[in-house]
Amino acid sequence: MQAELNMNKTLFDKIWDTHVIKQADGGLDVLYIDRHFIHEVTSPQAFDGLRKRGLCVLRPQQTVATADHNVPTKNQHLPIKEELSRFQVNKLVENCKDFGLELYGLGHPYQGIVHVIGPELGLTQPGMTMVCGDSHTSTHGAFGCIAFGIGTSQVEQVLATQCLLQRRPKRMRITVDGQLQPGVLAKDIILYIISKLTAAGGTGYFVEYAGEAIRSLSMEGRMTICNMSIEMGARGGLIAPDETTINYLKNRAFAPQGEEFEAAAAYWRTLYSDPGAEFEVEHHFDAADIAPMVTYGTNPGMGIKINEHIPTAAGQTASFGKSLEYMGFQAGEQLLGKPIDYVFIGSCTNSRIEDLRLVAQFVKGKQKAGHVNAWIVPGSKQVEAQAKAEGLDRIFLDAGFDFREPGCSACLGMNEDKVPEGAYCISTSNRNFEGRQGPGARTILASPLMAAASAIAGKIVDVRTLLN
Amino acid sequence: MEKYAQIRSYAIPLPNEDVDTDQIIPARFLKATTREGFGENLFRDWRYNPDGSPKAGFVLNNPLYGGQILVAGRNFGCGSSREHAAWALYDYGIRVVVSSFFADIFKGNALNNGLLPVQVEESFLQEIFLAIEADPKAIFEVNLEQQTLTIIASGAQASFPIDPFRKMCMINGYDDIDYLLSIQSDIENFEQRQKRYFTNTILP
Ligand code: SF4
Repeated sequence: MQAELNMNKTLFDKIWDTHVIKQADGGLDVLYIDRHFIHEVTSPQAFDGLRKRGLCVLRPQQTVATADHNVPTKNQHLPIKEELSRFQVNKLVENCKDFGLELYGLGHPYQGIVHVIGPELGLTQPGMTMVCGDSHTSTHGAFGCIAFGIGTSQVEQVLATQCLLQRRPKRMRITVDGQLQPGVLAKDIILYIISKLTAAGGTGYFVEYAGEAIRSLSMEGRMTICNMSIEMGARGGLIAPDETTINYLKNRAFAPQGEEFEAAAAYWRTLYSDPGAEFEVEHHFDAADIAPMVTYGTNPGMGIKINEHIPTAAGQTASFGKSLEYMGFQAGEQLLGKPIDYVFIGSCTNSRIEDLRLVAQFVKGKQKAGHVNAWIVPGSKQVEAQAKAEGLDRIFLDAGFDFREPGCSACLGMNEDKVPEGAYCISTSNRNFEGRQGPGARTILASPLMAAASAIAGKIVDVRTLLN
Repeated sequence: MEKYAQIRSYAIPLPNEDVDTDQIIPARFLKATTREGFGENLFRDWRYNPDGSPKAGFVLNNPLYGGQILVAGRNFGCGSSREHAAWALYDYGIRVVVSSFFADIFKGNALNNGLLPVQVEESFLQEIFLAIEADPKAIFEVNLEQQTLTIIASGAQASFPIDPFRKMCMINGYDDIDYLLSIQSDIENFEQRQKRYFTNTILP
């Protein structure tokens, strides 16, 4: 029955339509949410709201919690030093206990950044609707599900009703044809796309990524792409599930097992945009045109290829000038050769085992530059354990990198890991906003390979010149 | 949520574009577990020096400007989904944000908290900035019922879009949750009906 209804539908609409309970007044859809993730920062006021209204959590088995934003990435076995952070993390423990929710908190073998643990545990599956009080929930779309960030009031709504009132977004498809050059990663694809479409270019849209260059990415690479959909303003991004997706999910802790897995996989294989499906907007890019990318300004749309120059000031707005002033860069100059102080390899964009393997392979037998602080922060306890099992931690230590414990770390200046005022940090995270990594910190977004290469050189380099 | 009343006020100009939620309320101030008090740290790093003294150049520290309306450059509220950004603006006393473009999640969060996002054409936005420049105490009227923003001195008026459902909620002070709670039986029926699709959604 579903097959007929799905004629000429986009992947997005196929999933959305199976989750609409009804249309409310004013044309908003009541959207059913399959999976809900929560973390310590955006949930306490939602639980308070439930208490005030005398409500319980409608479907506690569809919500999973973890602590990630506020946690230290050293000595996690000790109590959190900072009082407010400790209070907030403890509040999450208390709330999960009171409302009967599964929590993978500090000390749990599943703990980690919420967008890293969902996929690796198999909690994220194709065809689902998923939300979290966190804009990078878009990451999960890599599995062919509808995943988007929500505010705290909506966290409360989902806890209480498993539903949200939503207007169907418009659809955009971004096709990246062809093959990537050596040294160019998924991170470069998405930084390149955002630099073309700007930080607001996707606002109002849900983006489907397609094309040969996307298809040939691993799940980790696809997550990196979908993760940054929000940086062009899009509600989310998704990629049709295929054998790469299905193989990734096989035997994951919460994925269906045995016959049930086969049945689920058969359904997942029906999730793609039909040939005649229409998108409000389509963009096409050629993978061969993409080079390692770096950002020079204070929003993720301000990116250039490593061998390009920062745009000239002509015709730019006052915000452009303010941004360069903050970064300490001149219009028209190159970033190549600029000294750096910090290197941060981590965050929900690039802290998965594949990222760590790539970095380890590159830094093996090399030494980071003496003046550089280089941090590698695994996305989860499981990534950390895997890295250790493979001996990657030794390689990092030998190369002078600090291999820390899992959390959001220096992605946002909220926990102990901050970049000092005025310092330059080449970072694999997703936001280069003013003060994002600490008050006055200057962030240059790049791929894990570019970050690793710059750590070794002590300045911004083109990783391609160092590859054999 | 409080009911939105019609606003007549002067306005605070912030012509910056792409103002992200990390500027509106930096992450290190998100540790509170209640909704109150965020106004103190609104635009913290633009407003205060590291030692806590006010930065003279920032508009919120300029006694010339004030009021319940913030007028900002395009793509206001991009970045993080933190609802704290809407809480901080509201807590500070802002009831309307005017811009030529809003980021999605911010817009939703604002509407869920009685903070009205008013989207106008870029040219009208510039007209508003000019009006404030000419007279920092220029009065603006934002009428939600009529969906209009008026520069009182010149009489220039623009209409702004708003989702009809959101408008109704703002005017009456309704939250989505009240509606969703009222359709509990629809939700349960749906779960039964769609079971075969969602066998894997429940944790063991
Ligand atoms: S790693 Fe950074 S972007 Fe990702 S969830 Fe944590 S704070 Fe947000």
